[in-house]
Amino acid sequence: MNPVLLWFHQLGSPPTFDRFAARWTPWGFGLGLLGMAIGIYGALFMVPADYQQGDSFRILYIHVPAAWMSLFVYGLMAVYAAIALIWHIKLCEILAMACAPIGALFTAVTLATGSIWGKPMWGTWWDWDPRLTSELVLLFLYLGVIGLNAAIEDRRAAARAAGFLAIVGVVLLPVIRYSVEWWNSLHQGATIKLFGESTMDASMAWPLWVMVFATKFWFIGSLLQRARADNLERESGKDWARAAAGVPR
Amino acid sequence: MSAPSLLAAAKAQARRDLRLVWRRRGDAAQPLLFALMVVALFPLALGSDPQQLAKIAPGVLWVAVLLAGLLTLDSLYRGDLEDGSLEQMLLAPVPLAWLLAVRVAVHWATTALPLVLVAPLLAEFLFLPGELLPVLMVSLALGTPLLSLLGAVVAALTVGIRRSGMLLALLALPLFLPVLVFGAGSVMAAAQGLPWAGALLLLAAGLVLALVLAPLAAAAAIRIALT
Repeated sequence: MNPVLLWFHQLGSPPTFDRFAARWTPWGFGLGLLGMAIGIYGALFMVPADYQQGDSFRILYIHVPAAWMSLFVYGLMAVYAAIALIWHIKLCEILAMACAPIGALFTAVTLATGSIWGKPMWGTWWDWDPRLTSELVLLFLYLGVIGLNAAIEDRRAAARAAGFLAIVGVVLLPVIRYSVEWWNSLHQGATIKLFGESTMDASMAWPLWVMVFATKFWFIGSLLQRARADNLERESGKDWARAAAGVPR
Repeated sequence: MSAPSLLAAAKAQARRDLRLVWRRRGDAAQPLLFALMVVALFPLALGSDPQQLAKIAPGVLWVAVLLAGLLTLDSLYRGDLEDGSLEQMLLAPVPLAWLLAVRVAVHWATTALPLVLVAPLLAEFLFLPGELLPVLMVSLALGTPLLSLLGAVVAALTVGIRRSGMLLALLALPLFLPVLVFGAGSVMAAAQGLPWAGALLLLAAGLVLALVLAPLAAAAAIRIALT
């Protein structure tokens, strides 16, 4: 078998995943923290103030990466859930359910920073505009997935049911992503683009990109940590799991 | 034994479901009473100024219908799960999605359709201007089946959980929100003299999509919940 494929198949086994997660979790958190430190330093001290918004715009360096992550994590959760439902890979059930609380927190951070920014800029904490409302709905979806996962006794059935709900919720993702373009909104359109010309100056954009990558690394660390804990809990009767968790015989 | 044709299975299923509803016809009136009372709450809470009530009438009517539909979702599979007929439906030689589609259709016709039919009466309570009534009726006629189909998927996910009522509501409401936005939005737009057909067309498109996908999704969810 192709070595990459072989490695991938082996990763699905709980002990192998446990070793893999234990090895890479500190790297995810470490690179994430380092990136965030650099990004936030750049955002607070090195980037010039905006000609229109003054210093208030600096919260965007947290708001925008968190908003991207809120959608990205949801998509990833749905992909894991789909893999878990189709091929019955237990590890993917664990990973999908580990995504939900992280994504919910990124969504909450997005809403909180957005409303802190909105108070000086729009003069209001909250506005029932399409982008804000759809982000709130995304938070509800995350909470629904977490709630359903918690409500069913059998862990595997719970993860499958909650994963299915996550897949059903995917229909709302494009609505959230394009709400600014489809409806008249108080929320501004995207100023930074992966493809095509950004309307944000490069001198202001670099901390944003650093933050975007830092949140990804943080997510990887957090995902591996949570999945590892869940994995150990499910395998708690086995010898290797007790040894890995440091439980004396 | 050969499998019955889809049509024969649908007929048998519909006849059984309708008979069950008829035997407990007192229960069938409950969603109506509930919607009526929710609508009655608003003039009592906000005061009886006709102009103010007329302004909020489309939203209140839609919310009342949506909540009444939400409360009936729990009964969609509850009885069948308890007496084991849901498992028989799983084992039947006819696709589960087809049986569920018939079940949802009967459920819609016995719980939501009466609500749509009494909507003119409810609208009169809230002084909804007469020229908005057709828009409201069309939006409800398109929106309530969509709510039933979406609800059938979510209810299928919670089918194995005891005391699932509140959880079911929490899971279903985020999915109901877009329907509410476009349904109530179309009537609101008509009230302001704006074009309203677009929202209704979107509702219709959503309904067509859900007619095809929701029974399949509900069947998959039931399989997850029962295995």
